Amino acid sequence: MNEFPSWGLYPKAQEQVFKNISSRFSKLPTSGLACLPRGLGRSYGDSCLNDHGLLIGTSYLNHFIDFDQNTGKIICESGVSFDEILKVVLPTGWFLPVTPGTKYVTVGGAIANDVHGKNHHRAGNFGHHVLKFELLKSSGERLICSRESNSDLFFATIGGLGLTGFITWAEFKLTKIQSSWIHQQQIQFNSLADFFSLSQESERDFEFTVSWVDCVNSKDIRGIFIRGNFGEIEKDRYRLHKEPGMKRVPFFLPKITLNSLSVRAFNELYYRKNLSSNKKNSIHYDPFFYPLDSIHHWNKIYGRRGFLQYQFVIPYKDDQGAALYEIFDILKKSQMGSFLAVLKTFGSIPSEGMLSFPKEGVTLALDFPNHGEKLLKVLSKCDEIVKSVQGAVYPAKDARMSKESFAAFYPRLSEFEKHIDPKFSSSFWRRVR
Amino acid sequence: MKKILIIGATSAIAQEVAKIYAQKKHELILWGRNAEMLNIISQDLKVRGSSALTIINHDLNDLTAHASKVDEIWSTHSKIDIVLLAHGVLGDPRKAEVNQQEMLHLLNSNFISHASLLTFISQKMVKQGYGTIAVISSVAGDRGKQSNYVYGSAKAGMTTFTDGLRNRLFSTGVHVVNLKLGPVDTPMTKDHKKTPLFGKAPSVGRGIVNAIEARKNTVYLPFFWRFIMMIIKSIPESIFKRLRL
Repeated sequence: MNEFPSWGLYPKAQEQVFKNISSRFSKLPTSGLACLPRGLGRSYGDSCLNDHGLLIGTSYLNHFIDFDQNTGKIICESGVSFDEILKVVLPTGWFLPVTPGTKYVTVGGAIANDVHGKNHHRAGNFGHHVLKFELLKSSGERLICSRESNSDLFFATIGGLGLTGFITWAEFKLTKIQSSWIHQQQIQFNSLADFFSLSQESERDFEFTVSWVDCVNSKDIRGIFIRGNFGEIEKDRYRLHKEPGMKRVPFFLPKITLNSLSVRAFNELYYRKNLSSNKKNSIHYDPFFYPLDSIHHWNKIYGRRGFLQYQFVIPYKDDQGAALYEIFDILKKSQMGSFLAVLKTFGSIPSEGMLSFPKEGVTLALDFPNHGEKLLKVLSKCDEIVKSVQGAVYPAKDARMSKESFAAFYPRLSEFEKHIDPKFSSSFWRRVR
Repeated sequence: MKKILIIGATSAIAQEVAKIYAQKKHELILWGRNAEMLNIISQDLKVRGSSALTIINHDLNDLTAHASKVDEIWSTHSKIDIVLLAHGVLGDPRKAEVNQQEMLHLLNSNFISHASLLTFISQKMVKQGYGTIAVISSVAGDRGKQSNYVYGSAKAGMTTFTDGLRNRLFSTGVHVVNLKLGPVDTPMTKDHKKTPLFGKAPSVGRGIVNAIEARKNTVYLPFFWRFIMMIIKSIPESIFKRLRL
């Protein structure tokens, strides 16, 4: 068993050497192999893998450097996780400006993937909130990158998949909150048109929006639209999330557990459970943002064969979502089923990173058990549709897109390539270049 | 607000303990050898909430400085609530079997310097009439085995010293905690193959804080080492000497 797999457990990495960097003042560990920084390994596919290469671990870069409680500016080492940041800043009324669906990501990883969250329409990506960072090159050179100095390298490194050098520390802005609690509404919708109008209406008044969709059973696209804002609640005003308990998936579940029938049943059940929706309630940030964090190693439910995530973004305003319908159609016909399908609109804030994923449009994230060749074919078909409408597939979640697709999804690729550190690479990079 | 002296403050486990105390706004005095790391750690602990921080940058194996450094600490801070001894080295066990220098280095860094420090610290604690001394020892001290008996014997010395000190100080109101740690995934064990028995530094850190709070005498961390060592200690020597442990 590989000690440093990706979160999707597919593909399997070959002969990776792992060395921790011992402090932010240290030199990069050397080995003559191609380097790749490695945080908590939450990327799904092969962008956090380095076959026959060296992974540089950041677990000792877990220190804070400064935190100004008045302005919400924070400086910390790149291996500090969002989990740790919340523990330190939340009791003082601050929160992460942007967070993905797990708090077990490092600051370095969040920058390298320019992660987004449920507030993209308001806040953009994580990179938008980064003020500066130090980049350690394999030459030993240390560069402070910001919008003002070394700005090209700054914009190459945001969303740069860890290929431009090693981030030792970063400074970014937090966001002020009234309490740990989110006033949430859940609204059921039964068509894509409904979803779009709900999105449009909600983005005006709500900081956070996201939808769970059933792309297996229904004729049209149905799902539950969730929207919310941090509220002002006096009781337990700044209550922190708990340490993870004993809930964990202790071993790989057998293949039989997830098949098209069980996925269908799950989707149907989940939908019915929330049918009585149009619910309003207050929910703690932990289950709201990080529903799966309470179950350790939930990635093992798909068994040893692993699973693939597929997340893409496509514009929808011109075609009213026709391309999205097409993709849903392919998925439904393929009977691949997806446990978790998450739908959200991205706002118009342009991404700054040369390879950042988000752009204005609608994004869908899907999980598939690793069905092998059959699944790869289906996803390639989806790629073609994404390509035809100038969309993009998310590298942090990819394990299979082609060179051609990658180049089409990321038009600033050649500009980016100038900034790659000559000693850095990844399995993903060698696959798509 | 408590005053806590952490000796060997740059160790990963000591850092985890310090983080917990910092979050509780306590005052920390960090003693260690690596000035750069001490600075990194003290910045971190300040952000995490520590109300005051002092750094003492001095090699702990310099026994001649122990008396004056301990004097200095108590004259600056007058009273210390908790002292944690967390320094130590694993060294090279194979080399220590044949090389006198390495053997003495292991004994000095894992026992002699602790015994020396405790001699001075215990006097200060007795004088103030309260407080807790916590010492990080190791399950390796519970029984000598071929893989690391030099390290193990230093830790056995620590364990006996600590237990004796607890006994002597009981009537003075000063409490002594002996923390017997199993292997933990830290920079100290970076070259060791990790098994499921390896503890994680954050949870071991929490275990230490809990043990200090609960005024435990001897604590195994992670807890299951108590049972493992119970079994290992009960193997008759005639059999044990044949094992390759």
